[in-house]
Amino acid sequence: MTATATDLDVTAAPVPTAAPTSAKPSSYLTDGTTVRSWLLTTDHKRIALLYFVSVSFFLFLGGILALALRLEHLTPGPTIMSAYTYNRVFTLHGVIMVFLFLIPSIPATFGNFLLPIMIGAKDLAFPRINLLSWYIYLAGAALLIWAMINGGLDTGWTFYTPYSAHSPSAVVPAVLGVFIVGWSSILTGLNFIVSVHTLRARGLRLMKMPLFVWAIYSTSIIQVLATPVLGLSMVLVAIDAGLGWGIFDPSRGGDPVLFQHLFWFYSHPAVYIMILPAMGVVSEVIPTFARKVPYSYEAIAYSALGIAFTGFLTWGHHMFTAGISAVDAGAFGILSMMVAVFSAIKVFTWVATLYKGSISLTTPLAYVFVFLFLFVFGGMTGVAVASTSLDLHWHDTYFVVAHFHFIMVGGALTAFLAGLHYWFPKVTGRMYGERLGLVACVLVFAGFFVTFFPQFLLGNAGMPRRYYYYSPEHQPLHVISTIGALGLGAALLLILGYLGWALVYGEKAPDNPWGSRSYEWLTRSPPPTHNFDATPRFALGPYDYTRPDEDAHAHAEAPAQGHDHV
Amino acid sequence: MPAWLVKLLFLPVEASSIAAEVDALHATIITVTMVSSLAVFAATGWMVLRFRRRAPNVTTPHIVAKRSHEAGIALALLFLFCAFWVVGFRQYLTIEQPPDDARTVFVTARQWMWKFSYADGRSAEDVLVVPRGAAIKLAMTSRDVIHAFYVPAFRIKQDVVPGRYTTAWFRAEKAGTYPILCAEYCGTDHSAMRGEVRVLEPVDYARWLDDPSRDRSGEQDLVSRGRDVAVRRACVTCHSVGAGTTTTGPSWAGLYDSYVELRGGTRVLADEAYLTRSMMDPNADIVSGYQPVMPTYAGTLDASETAALVEYIESLREPRDPGVALPKVRAVETSSDGGTP
Repeated sequence: MTATATDLDVTAAPVPTAAPTSAKPSSYLTDGTTVRSWLLTTDHKRIALLYFVSVSFFLFLGGILALALRLEHLTPGPTIMSAYTYNRVFTLHGVIMVFLFLIPSIPATFGNFLLPIMIGAKDLAFPRINLLSWYIYLAGAALLIWAMINGGLDTGWTFYTPYSAHSPSAVVPAVLGVFIVGWSSILTGLNFIVSVHTLRARGLRLMKMPLFVWAIYSTSIIQVLATPVLGLSMVLVAIDAGLGWGIFDPSRGGDPVLFQHLFWFYSHPAVYIMILPAMGVVSEVIPTFARKVPYSYEAIAYSALGIAFTGFLTWGHHMFTAGISAVDAGAFGILSMMVAVFSAIKVFTWVATLYKGSISLTTPLAYVFVFLFLFVFGGMTGVAVASTSLDLHWHDTYFVVAHFHFIMVGGALTAFLAGLHYWFPKVTGRMYGERLGLVACVLVFAGFFVTFFPQFLLGNAGMPRRYYYYSPEHQPLHVISTIGALGLGAALLLILGYLGWALVYGEKAPDNPWGSRSYEWLTRSPPPTHNFDATPRFALGPYDYTRPDEDAHAHAEAPAQGHDHV
Repeated sequence: MPAWLVKLLFLPVEASSIAAEVDALHATIITVTMVSSLAVFAATGWMVLRFRRRAPNVTTPHIVAKRSHEAGIALALLFLFCAFWVVGFRQYLTIEQPPDDARTVFVTARQWMWKFSYADGRSAEDVLVVPRGAAIKLAMTSRDVIHAFYVPAFRIKQDVVPGRYTTAWFRAEKAGTYPILCAEYCGTDHSAMRGEVRVLEPVDYARWLDDPSRDRSGEQDLVSRGRDVAVRRACVTCHSVGAGTTTTGPSWAGLYDSYVELRGGTRVLADEAYLTRSMMDPNADIVSGYQPVMPTYAGTLDASETAALVEYIESLREPRDPGVALPKVRAVETSSDGGTP
């Protein structure tokens, strides 16, 4: 094993780039500096950064669209756009946020970066397929964006038939874009599953893996098993819209409700593709900053698998009003409760982990506390809608909008920010400023809560989602929500600002700034190309805080004979 | 539920028979939601203060859960969530099953309007007039894309799907006017697809029914329209409408609301959904003892004809119609302003 430039980089670069000359050891960041060395990299860490840049761009784009929607709702009638534009903007917001930000966000960035390190591997099992998946993602995203510009899309991100078959907008390229992005998701998931099973370092049993790996592993199972069904239904919609076969169109003998079954068979588990990695981040951050072994490793690991599997059996709860039978409704209602039980077990375990810990309230932990509050709140409103009868009032109203934003923004985005701060020193080798970090965290929480809490009340009041015109009596709640959204947007810009600053001017990060026992902190910050200068011994578990740091480090020292030198 | 609580939760007025109990479950679960999320927040906050880091590099005790504790917590949560589900699902069954005495109104949705057709042949756009206290069953279909019939004040919502009939029912308990919204995204003017339910006191409703100023010419009740359609579309060539005669297809007499035995032994209830399905997709359910020879009528029968046929078959519940009356050609569309009391 060598930590100098890989063969690919040496042959690819027209002029051999400077090898590290100073005493500073080379890292994956300095190993090749040409554009080509980034765009053709097979290093999982660089691919993670490529993904990070892309998903952040789409978060920004989706966020701008969200602000446009909120501004439109400042008044009950037309404010800044027409109904025609509004329908395109909310569709675009949903499609971008779901398929281009949330689904790849944590797995393809932090998962990609950390999973090989956490299992003591040099890379993923299929490094080139990993790069391929990023290009496929970009190709799908490009097609989607092309569709948005050339004709737009006005079906909502759910593409319900038969409307999507009749819609005058660019349905065919858009759904094919989603189809292509799905391939990227499948390949990433497959890569992770194979890596976990084949590349774990010696002595690293499954039950000694960091919990983040369990979360990503569970997510990957969903990605591999559910995404093909989405791909299939997208192709069928494209055939319906483009060739007029009428597969889902009752006027030609098709069945529109069949589409909903197929769509939600993927798109409900997709929620767990978004939230399980978030739970993985929480499971890493809490033990580190509480310096405490998780209250129950098994409960967190198995409940992740439990959520992944029961998540496949709950899709019908999106269809309580669609005319499904009472038996179906009852079964899907109670199966949905199972997911709530698994999630609640995790929350209990996380909170109990803090007990008798040594808690340092840093930015990542603060985000995790925000996550816990919003996730419990959002999750319990999920229990509420799963109680079948209540859904008849709330279905397709702002209550549901608020519910899933609590999970997807309050849960997934908050955990994404927690992970971003937590692993920032490892990824970049720099420290961010703790004070600004905490300020931004409070602003994110406030902005989020003010944006979405009023939307529960709007849903209670009976305001359906995807409404351009609304009753004037709902205006005050809409105005509050818009103010919150502006605050949330500002907070996110603040984070972008100080992290960008820290990237260049931040203090140099030590290898293990948080004193964590998890394996990614055993290597340098930023890590060398092949992750470890010498593969450590995984003698202790990733959460062993019963001994002091020096002792723990001694246990992780690589055996002398396996030691490679830089 | 007390009025202040309805107001606090921003809920609309409780105007239907089921609204109060649905709201009670709502308030219960939302209270549990608030309490549990605040409890988690308080617990974490307390522990951050109580167990804050006082020195770097300290060790902490190895505390892990006992299996029995974990199982206990999981079971307790499962019990709580299942309790919510039991209450909610029972309410759902009530909301989904119309009572026997419900009067049927046919609803046709299309971009971007609602059309209500009453059994006596009137129809109106965007305005549904019902008496207070009576159970009203809506048999709904769409002519284009999926819509959803939503009356927030009644706490009911039901998708309205092209090519099939879905039903909803309600019993309005407060006179007044309540908005009808479309809750399933249906295109550019989705948010403008509004109507209203006018709930009249029974005396006012009777007066509205007998409104002498109403123009009755050109009005034809749904049953007689359905009979005309049955003749015009030659349904009665194969289906008898009287008792005892066997023809190519099953008899319509006494069919509605009875159980039909299908080939293969399953039994289905001949409700609106079954009757519509049999017209649109005749080979989906083959009645035992008959051949699959009926052509599909999807695209041939429009929504109003389908509604009329269903209503006609419904009227044959007792085998009392001696046969088919003289076919009379009448205007297909009838309308009146059913909205003004």
